[in-house]
Amino acid sequence: MSQQEKPIEFWRWPEARWVNSDINWKRGKLITAGVDVGSVSTQAVIMVDGELFAFGNTRTGSDSPNSAKKGMDYALEKTGMKLEDIDYCIGTGYGRVNVPMAQQTITEISCHAKGANFMYGPEVRTVMDMGGQDCKAINVDNQGKVLNFMMNDKCAAGTGRGMEVFANLIHVPIWEIGPRSFQISKEPPSISTTCVVFAKSEVMGLLEQGVSENEVIAAYCSAMAHRIAELLKRLGVKEKFVITGGIAKNEGVVKRLEKELGIKTAEKVWANQKYRKNNYPFDTQIAGAIGAALFAQALLETGKAKSVKKTGIVESWNIGMLGRIRFI
Amino acid sequence: MVAHYGFKDGSGDWFLTLDTDKCNGCGKCVEVCPVKILEVGPDEIDPFREEPVASVKHDERKKIRYHCAPCKPGYGSEPPPCVAVCKPGAISHSEGWKACFKDSHQ
Repeated sequence: MSQQEKPIEFWRWPEARWVNSDINWKRGKLITAGVDVGSVSTQAVIMVDGELFAFGNTRTGSDSPNSAKKGMDYALEKTGMKLEDIDYCIGTGYGRVNVPMAQQTITEISCHAKGANFMYGPEVRTVMDMGGQDCKAINVDNQGKVLNFMMNDKCAAGTGRGMEVFANLIHVPIWEIGPRSFQISKEPPSISTTCVVFAKSEVMGLLEQGVSENEVIAAYCSAMAHRIAELLKRLGVKEKFVITGGIAKNEGVVKRLEKELGIKTAEKVWANQKYRKNNYPFDTQIAGAIGAALFAQALLETGKAKSVKKTGIVESWNIGMLGRIRFI
Repeated sequence: MVAHYGFKDGSGDWFLTLDTDKCNGCGKCVEVCPVKILEVGPDEIDPFREEPVASVKHDERKKIRYHCAPCKPGYGSEPPPCVAVCKPGAISHSEGWKACFKDSHQ
């Protein structure tokens, strides 16, 4: 029998998780969670009293309930926390209607705005969420409230999914796309189409003509940057301009976008000094889930939502023949 | 908040713009829309808003170019029904249809 080697997947980015060891969650008053089920990736974030406690960043599978569960289990695994310990959970993202553990859903537009406000600070005015299958340009105020938004969801052209297909096509790992797009002698003309299928054949054509791999990567990155720039120009970009989502990690697209718009994106560091000092990982993909967890907290605090935590502590016995056990 | 429902592609901008700060949730636009793409309900972008607000139905957002086309928003002396009926003036349309009309009538 012939031996089969496991195929190398160039498009697959590494999954990640993190637990904040500075927080003892058992002392926390409010434990909230946000699950962002995107078209490509799923993130779960757990926050204790408004502080980032844990997150998990996984791939979305073929059905959203399972992906949401997988993402949540991945985040909870090393924390010792159980799903029942969470006071309130909000689902967001493309597959938000199918998150079984969520008590409520909020659109990813509001969640990304809120999350970017928390991660990059209140000076953020424009948020660009570059996701797996669409891009959203959002103008926000200093509270992270959406003022104006526009999304381009007609197709997956020029998005994270397009980049994955492209990485697989030219056999370059997805995390190398950014750095390699700058290893060129001169900037090539961008690929004329961002449509994933058309771009694929155009890329094949360029490679056959003998254009170097790095130049083809640069051409695709600039095509993608151009598409995002068009959307942003229509909405209007203001400082501080930030990018969330997976494409924020791709320098090749971000730098070209900055050049085209003539505006710099903010540095990818926590606005919170404590987070910065302790080197908490800054993952641009978790912005939506952070926003959802923050909304959960705000809803609980304003009394618009009730905690669903089942601690099993007997709160009160009703005096009478039938003692009723109430769970808080 | 200004919500742009629709999309932008190589052929132009196809957006129905709704200013939710102006919208009072009266629902008149829902009644007059000939293709019934509008609805009034809780604000999905701002979970803290109490009053209902008009929005474009989820399934219709990607088809807005074709659904709004019969009303020719942006063209002629008569505004489209949804814009005409909206007293606070919360609804507007992007240039896509206007340019489209000019192209076909010149």
